[in-house]
Amino acid sequence: MSDPAQPVSFRGGGFVAQRRRGVGLAVFVVLLLLAEWGTRTGFISQLTLPRPSDVLATFGELYQSGLLFKHLIPSLTRLIVGAAIGASLGIALGVFIGLFSLVRAGLVPLIAAIFPIPKIALLPLFVIWFGIDEASKYALIAFGTFTPTVVATYAAVDNVDRTLIRMGQSFGLSWRSIVGKIVLPGAMPGILSGLRISLTIAIILLVAAEMLGAEYGIGAYILQAGSLYDLERLFAGVVILSVLGVLVSGVIGIIERRVLRWRV
Amino acid sequence: MDLRLQNVSHSYGDTEVLRGIDLEVPSGQIVCIVGPSGCGKSTLLRMLGGLERPASGDILQLGEPPADCLNPLTFIFQDFALLPWRSVRGNVELVLEDHGLPRAKRDAIIDDVLARTKLTEFGAALPKQLSGGMKQRVAIARALAVNPAVMLMDEPLSALDSQTRELLMDDLIALWTRQPFTAVYVTHNLAEAVRLGHKIVVLSRRPGQIREVVELTTPLAERQYGDAGLEAQQQHLWGLMRDEAAAADAELINV
Ligand SMILES: Nc1ncnc2c1ncn2[C@@H]1O[C@H](COP(=O)(O)OP(=O)(O)O)[C@@H](O)[C@H]1O
Ligand SMILES: [Mg+2]
Repeated sequence: MSDPAQPVSFRGGGFVAQRRRGVGLAVFVVLLLLAEWGTRTGFISQLTLPRPSDVLATFGELYQSGLLFKHLIPSLTRLIVGAAIGASLGIALGVFIGLFSLVRAGLVPLIAAIFPIPKIALLPLFVIWFGIDEASKYALIAFGTFTPTVVATYAAVDNVDRTLIRMGQSFGLSWRSIVGKIVLPGAMPGILSGLRISLTIAIILLVAAEMLGAEYGIGAYILQAGSLYDLERLFAGVVILSVLGVLVSGVIGIIERRVLRWRV
Repeated sequence: MDLRLQNVSHSYGDTEVLRGIDLEVPSGQIVCIVGPSGCGKSTLLRMLGGLERPASGDILQLGEPPADCLNPLTFIFQDFALLPWRSVRGNVELVLEDHGLPRAKRDAIIDDVLARTKLTEFGAALPKQLSGGMKQRVAIARALAVNPAVMLMDEPLSALDSQTRELLMDDLIALWTRQPFTAVYVTHNLAEAVRLGHKIVVLSRRPGQIREVVELTTPLAERQYGDAGLEAQQQHLWGLMRDEAAAADAELINV
């Protein structure tokens, strides 16, 4: 045949998650440059959006006055203590729900009932139970982290390959070994992706709790700035929160890459 | 240690799966169980290994397992059942960890079984790095590590391509020739059954009943690929199974 030769057109691209470094950063930089350019040229009014360079200057003042750490350290402590309590209790209960049908039958409806409660609405209750100080904030953050962790954990336990558990039983492994060496590692991917969500919720609740009653803390700082309509300070606070969110997500990403190296 | 099944029957709800099975698994022999799919072979094997209780009948263990046997009834699964987060060594070690063996003894066992399954260099590899045939060899190494009295194999080669299957079959025969083990080998592949079985049990379609038990006397090491006598046996078995398989197939479509 004398038909002209043509390359077979490629149509197999896309639909694959690839790691691309720097793109996320580039998006941030472009948005910031746009805001800076807009506020400088007057295209965006100073009242609508603070100038990024002013926010940076405010941030520098905050750092130099030592107030940054005065706000940051109590916040981080609350976040770490509260989230650690909530996540560990959540993982433990989630595993129990996943393993015992009686616990599941008893508690899943209860979890479903408390999941949609906006936890911040319960802060007065926690203040009565645990006092006005740190304990009520820990409790609020812990409670908020707890419910999504439970749900993610028992779903993850449900998804552990049953044939592996059968295998463990067929080799006469003890119950503890089966749970510790088969169920937990098998549920780890699901637990970690659940933690991503619950830790973000923890940051939101942290700010909410601090807005309702704290002298120091990022939430309190943002509230003060907001009531004075001091947009530079407000944004400086917001940036701290965003950085915190990115850090949490980055740390979980690192843990995932280390712990889940075995995944295909 | 021998195993004996006495009049074993089983149902899942309204579905009768096995009916009146009487079977003897003598020590040092490989008993192959063949039958159309869905006739209850896996169920029978799970019962032999204590993973399931029969609705009626008895499953008996005759005699004591050898003293150094860590897990008398040991499975090898069709889908390998390796822990993906553990290395080859770690997967074998898993089944030794609960027995309180001293470190040196444990390492010696692992080295020995990895050598017997030709996996010595791959100790540190993760399952995702291995081919299907190697994964199944890891599973065989893991089973050998507990020094089983009876190996229960549920279509161990069915997930593999035919070349790998041949190679692994040769490996199994070599392992058995060096040190005879007792095994119940479930398969739907008649060629495997006539290569490996001392006794071949043909089950009917569901509810599974024993149609015939064929005893093969040719020593395993002398059974060659394409042997005329074995071909004849295989033809005979196929004759038994063909109608059952056809009927079972039609049944599944009607469901
Ligand atoms: N856990 C179970 N619950 C209900 N039915 C089952 C269960 N396991 C197997 N069966 C049914 O029992 C029959 C025999 O299954 P199985 O022993 O796996 O057959 P085989 O291994 O011979 O293909 C099948 O019809 C299957 O659907
Ligand atoms: Mg089966």
